[in-house]
Amino acid sequence: MPVPILKQSRYLIATIQSALGDADLLRLRDKLVEKVGIERSKGVIVDVTALDVLDSFASRTVRDLAYTIRLRGAETVIVGIQPDVAFAMVQLGITLEGVATALDLEEGLAYLDENTRHGHRAF
Amino acid sequence: MAIARSDPENSKCVPIASDDDLVAARREGRIVAEQLGFSTSEATLVATAISELARNIVSYAHSGEIHVGLVHNGNKRGINIIARDKGPGILDISLAMREGYSTSGGLGIGLPGVRRIMDEFDIASDVGRGTTITITKWKR
Repeated sequence: MPVPILKQSRYLIATIQSALGDADLLRLRDKLVEKVGIERSKGVIVDVTALDVLDSFASRTVRDLAYTIRLRGAETVIVGIQPDVAFAMVQLGITLEGVATALDLEEGLAYLDENTRHGHRAF
Repeated sequence: MAIARSDPENSKCVPIASDDDLVAARREGRIVAEQLGFSTSEATLVATAISELARNIVSYAHSGEIHVGLVHNGNKRGINIIARDKGPGILDISLAMREGYSTSGGLGIGLPGVRRIMDEFDIASDVGRGTTITITKWKR
């Protein structure tokens, strides 16, 4: 199931709806990287609240997504990693080093407002 | 110590042929973990371990199966997962178990990570014939 991507002023918000297949996750990565250019976005939020597992592949894809988007001139923040999921990631040795995370959508938007040059203003 | 194995007749087999099957295998693990009364964080560990093993099957062997079942040892009860494939096998198991090593471009935390989050871990591999990984987590 494709992940819907919403545009809110200069940010893109992708909310993962349910247990996601690998192909969907890779498609999301490619779509966001492309859309950052089309929309001239300054920030991207990926909401993973609905994910019940973030294994090594999903974590690597999320990390690659954030790094690639940074090379395209925008910041990414991952929001909504659930407590049990976070615990399992730490146990497995996944740290998502260099990737910004925030508690939820609200905190993610606040992070982007602070960390993107343009901030969250209407155009 | 003998490796615990669930009775094949009482375990559920999930065929793994593509990454879409990972979701079904994880779900099966969660169902059994919840039946055993595992906490949600333990059930998430089990689901994550299954995800790693199923992904290895897809990446290296293309297809295989995951068996999820219950095991007993005296008063102890646990969940037992067997990941089996007829893929190329692992040439150097100690290398595959090393932290940070990966031939598939992964994070290299797959097998050592799985061993860390489970109570028991056994790997048997024949080059050219396939790999079987057996893991167990006991209910505390």
